Amino acid sequence: MKKHISQRIGFGVLWLCMAATLFFLGSIIYFIVVRGAGALSWQFLTDVPRRSMTAGGVAPAIAGTLYLTMGALAFALPLGIACAIYLNEYSPKGSVVNIIRMSINNLAGVPSVVFGLFGLALFVKFFKFGVSILSGSLTLGILVLPLIISAAQEALMAVPQSLREASLALGATHWQTIKRIVLPNALPGILTGAILSIGRIAGETAPILFTAATFYNRGFPKSIFDEAMALPYHIYALMTEGTHPDKQTAIAYGCALILLLLVLAISASAIIIRQRQRRYHA
Amino acid sequence: MKNFTKIKEQIYRGGFTALAFSSLIFLAGIILLLLKESLPLFRHVGFFDFIFGRAWYPTASVPEWGIFPLIMASFWVTLGALFICVPLGVGSALYIHEIASVRQRVFLKPLIEILASIPSVVYGFFGMVVAAPFLQQAFGLPTGLCALTASIILGIMAIPTVCSLAEDALSCVPDSFREASYAVGANRWQTLMRVVLPAAGSGVSTAIILGMSRAIGETMTVLMVAGGAALVPRSFLEPVRPMTSTIAAEMGEAVMGSLHYNALFSIGLVLFVITFAFNIIAEIVCKRFRLKLGIDR
Repeated sequence: MKKHISQRIGFGVLWLCMAATLFFLGSIIYFIVVRGAGALSWQFLTDVPRRSMTAGGVAPAIAGTLYLTMGALAFALPLGIACAIYLNEYSPKGSVVNIIRMSINNLAGVPSVVFGLFGLALFVKFFKFGVSILSGSLTLGILVLPLIISAAQEALMAVPQSLREASLALGATHWQTIKRIVLPNALPGILTGAILSIGRIAGETAPILFTAATFYNRGFPKSIFDEAMALPYHIYALMTEGTHPDKQTAIAYGCALILLLLVLAISASAIIIRQRQRRYHA
Repeated sequence: MKNFTKIKEQIYRGGFTALAFSSLIFLAGIILLLLKESLPLFRHVGFFDFIFGRAWYPTASVPEWGIFPLIMASFWVTLGALFICVPLGVGSALYIHEIASVRQRVFLKPLIEILASIPSVVYGFFGMVVAAPFLQQAFGLPTGLCALTASIILGIMAIPTVCSLAEDALSCVPDSFREASYAVGANRWQTLMRVVLPAAGSGVSTAIILGMSRAIGETMTVLMVAGGAALVPRSFLEPVRPMTSTIAAEMGEAVMGSLHYNALFSIGLVLFVITFAFNIIAEIVCKRFRLKLGIDR
């Protein structure tokens, strides 16, 4: 009898934990959506900021986030896939691989602001790229590299060994097997990983603080050596450097809503696609 | 012809091997650059004065470079966050693992993962416009931007990370453990608490350590809600200035190549060493977990 009661209480507590988690996370989304919805309009999405950032839209910030994300992916995706190919296809065991695996894990744990310092010292100062889209993209690319490697590795691992063996048995070389058999089969999984990492890059702020972001641009950036406005940085800057808090908080709500919807939609679609794929392979 | 194919194969193998070292190179590059940019400071300030100094006045006419208040602020805020993210994260993981129906689980697991992708600046913004005013009123504080608010927001932010990792650890426990426990007459709660959770213990600890590492390295949230006073905190209701937000807030004003610039890199170095240690510990604990349950890879 006592046993039964303690189970009741225990399960009740766990239920409360789950409910509290969903309540907290839900209330964040609720507040941003409800209060941000008023700021959204066609003009907000397509216009440049006007009247010293108290009116107009945030199009340059949306564009900047887009450029930074694309730049980071252009750098990190090929590199990440190459790393995964080596780890999974060429040399899955051994001490060298262990060192590489450990450095990937540790790179994933480096705080984002330290990536910002690294980008500042290397790209902005040493390579003299300046505060620019290029510096920011490279910094974000390195930050997201571990995520892409592990996603690509998972995709490569899901390709059945029998396919590789069949290809090798027909006389194909190792590289031919990878290029024509393994990669095409792993491609959907790799792309899902890439989409997932977009969600991560688009929301990162600390790495671009010193490497790419600027509070105000008259228009859109013209080359990769220009500074750029970015959505996440814009929210921070409006709240801390803004001079008209009454009007700018509303704009910040709008930016937060766009960023939230963007990131949630991207990662939701990636996670749902990945679940389908896993079920298909299982 | 055959020779040519062989050479081509060798080139590809060599190329992939070289690219595979990129993570190692980046990690080494981060360490080297942090050292290079922070060393000039230590010609002026002793290492122990830097770590244990109680005054951080980088822009005073006689600047002082003690980061003890910043380190303490980081630890306080992280500790506070643990009080929220550990019970709620692990509790939710246990709920998803044990109580949730299949239908709930299919829905909850991806949901938690999706929520993990909410950007930190959104949490910071929420903290500033909703949580801080609310706590200020509730506790009658002079400002809502304080260690308590930062802890709460950071804690909420770390829940999805802790929850998904802990759930992964729980689902690694073989069913035979559970069945053996039922066979000797234990009910579901006893099995969960005395068999499944202890068996997954080191996996759950890994989840907590990684959540902690994430909290201590988190920048935007604390930058926006922790307040920013560089004093050794005496209570959770005071504004504090953790290491991450000091770097983020002051790098904009620091002249490139000045002592202030070097000092901010030194803080970055300290931060890197702390999170690096956490990650190594997590890796060791995780390895032990896998050995214990006999999981290869």
